[in-house]
Amino acid sequence: MARIDLVDLAHSYGGNDAPQESFALKPVTMTWRQGGAYALLGPSGCGKTTLLNVISGIITPSRGKILFDGKDITPLSTQKRNIAQVFQFPVIYDTMTVGQNLAFPLKNRGVPKAEIDKRVAEIGRLLDLEPYLNRKATRLTADAKQKISLGRGLVRSDVAAVLFDEPLTVIDPELKWQLRSKLKALHRELDLTMIYVTHDQTEALTFADTVVVMHDGRVVQSGTPAELFDKPAHTFVGYFIGSPGMNILPAEVKGREARIGGHLIALNRSYDHLPAGAKIEIGVRPEFVDAVAPAPGLLTAKVERIDDLGRIRFARVRVGEAKLAARAPAGFTSADGTAGLKFDPAHVHVYADSLLVEGAA
Amino acid sequence: MDKTVNQKAWFLVLPVFLVVAFSAVLPLMTVVNYSMQDTFGNNQFFWNGVGWFKELLDPSTDLGGRFLASLGRNLFFSMVILAIQVPLGIVIALSMPRQGWTVAACLVILALPLLIPWNVVGTIWQIFGRPDIGLMGYVLNHIGFDYNYVSNDVDAWVTVIVMDVWHWTSLVALLCYAGLKSIPEAYYQAAQIDGASRWAVFKAIQLPKMNRVLLIAVLLRFMDSFMIYTEPFVLTGGGPGNSTTFVSIELVKIALGQFDLGKAAALSLVYNLIILIVCWIFYTVMTNAGVERKAQAEKEPAVEPKLAGALQPAPALKPKEGVA
Repeated sequence: MARIDLVDLAHSYGGNDAPQESFALKPVTMTWRQGGAYALLGPSGCGKTTLLNVISGIITPSRGKILFDGKDITPLSTQKRNIAQVFQFPVIYDTMTVGQNLAFPLKNRGVPKAEIDKRVAEIGRLLDLEPYLNRKATRLTADAKQKISLGRGLVRSDVAAVLFDEPLTVIDPELKWQLRSKLKALHRELDLTMIYVTHDQTEALTFADTVVVMHDGRVVQSGTPAELFDKPAHTFVGYFIGSPGMNILPAEVKGREARIGGHLIALNRSYDHLPAGAKIEIGVRPEFVDAVAPAPGLLTAKVERIDDLGRIRFARVRVGEAKLAARAPAGFTSADGTAGLKFDPAHVHVYADSLLVEGAA
Repeated sequence: MDKTVNQKAWFLVLPVFLVVAFSAVLPLMTVVNYSMQDTFGNNQFFWNGVGWFKELLDPSTDLGGRFLASLGRNLFFSMVILAIQVPLGIVIALSMPRQGWTVAACLVILALPLLIPWNVVGTIWQIFGRPDIGLMGYVLNHIGFDYNYVSNDVDAWVTVIVMDVWHWTSLVALLCYAGLKSIPEAYYQAAQIDGASRWAVFKAIQLPKMNRVLLIAVLLRFMDSFMIYTEPFVLTGGGPGNSTTFVSIELVKIALGQFDLGKAAALSLVYNLIILIVCWIFYTVMTNAGVERKAQAEKEPAVEPKLAGALQPAPALKPKEGVA
């Protein structure tokens, strides 16, 4: 168990001399608290697996340092780092029984037999693998195999962190929920630092207390699920988290007003010092835009369709070239194919070059 | 469903039937015919029943003694060959590079001995080992070893074995290399995470994943070494004395040297039978392994079909079985 610090860490598969834009992992400095449940969220190819492999030591970073409890472990091999990792596809040792599979990481580290038996029994119980402990691991289903992989990751009580690289990809949806809740419970029970890589926001938001969003090799925001939802630090976070994602509209912002194609939208805060020449956009979640009957003073939009998600309906509308989603209150129908958009000023954010700008009160 | 009756189909089968008849069935039946008779040349044959077979399996007779002695030598030779080539092949495969241009270089170098005709291999080693002009023979004698494969039994055996190792270990190595290449990278990464030593990685991952190709390698090397003829015949001619006379060499001596067609036919039938039995055993073992895997897949249908969608990207990464 340890606090993990990344100091100016970066990695390029093309070597350190490659242009920074091509880095798979752009320089990042951050701290992973001991005992935290983290999710590393981002689309495919955003560098999350690279970051994970750098932490576990499978990849040596091109530059920067990794500290475990303040000790630089960057040059250490995976074996010497105190870390566990679970991979996307189940890895099991064919010739061993389930119990031997679970015991393998401990046996390799010379843990006394009694201690091994105790840990294996405990992990077997936590993962419901007890009935299989003496069976050959090859004969099991993909789910059970992945549970064994998870078990091998969790079996060591002294690890600095357990890293999960999209571990539930091969599990079918019903079991996915169960296993995820199980992992969450295990996190509470075992008090391990867990870092969970996924591209599935539901998975990330339900598992983690801190979600780290990555985009194009960069960590764009790290915060609680609520923070990511309410105050995306980057337009990408707004767009990626939430379903449908945040509406992003190019706008001219001056003081407490945003102007979109001649229409004025009130803002809660004042933005007087926006960087010159930056691309200014406003972002607002569909949950805070209401589609109502067109009226003077409201931004008029063309309604393309209305999606009924059961509990809530979203109108898909178009303002000029921009496509938006807006909440359609009960009873809303559009007679002539147009609607007026009512924005909640408290939840309209301003972005300069995709980065959130904090307004003055 | 009604079957279409079309006798013309026989015309398609007939050529194959004829070819097989002339290339396999007829010669084999001729041999069976010879094995029951004795001849003194001049195309005169006398019925001998199972006499030759009785003699063949009785060590007190000349024929039986020679056959069983050569069979013993042959089995011993095959065991030695397997004991050396299989572990050596694995070691070579393990130490080969996994990527880069060196892979191609290694593969070419390994494949070279396999491409040399057998009698050329025999000739190469015959000259290589000669004490007067051969590089190896001369050097060995020069530094104090009294090495002469023509007069010394042990030297002859060592030379034949080293020659076969040189010629065929590559095959085992290449097969093992193919098996190793099919192990997904994730296994090695997981083993690293689990703190496995080099030996543990070999025992827990590499050896189990190689077992199918190893079975094939063992089968091929056993069959080949059990039927070996050309190389020792060229190198030692079966000598000194009879010390390197393997079954095939004995067979040729009896059939073509002494022109004892009956004895030779009986011997070749028994020889053939032994090879067939060994083939059958290997085949059964290998197909049983396959059946087991299939049965295991059928045992988990409740999960597998549902996973089909989720597994879509997986096949490329799933552990591949051997080359079979």
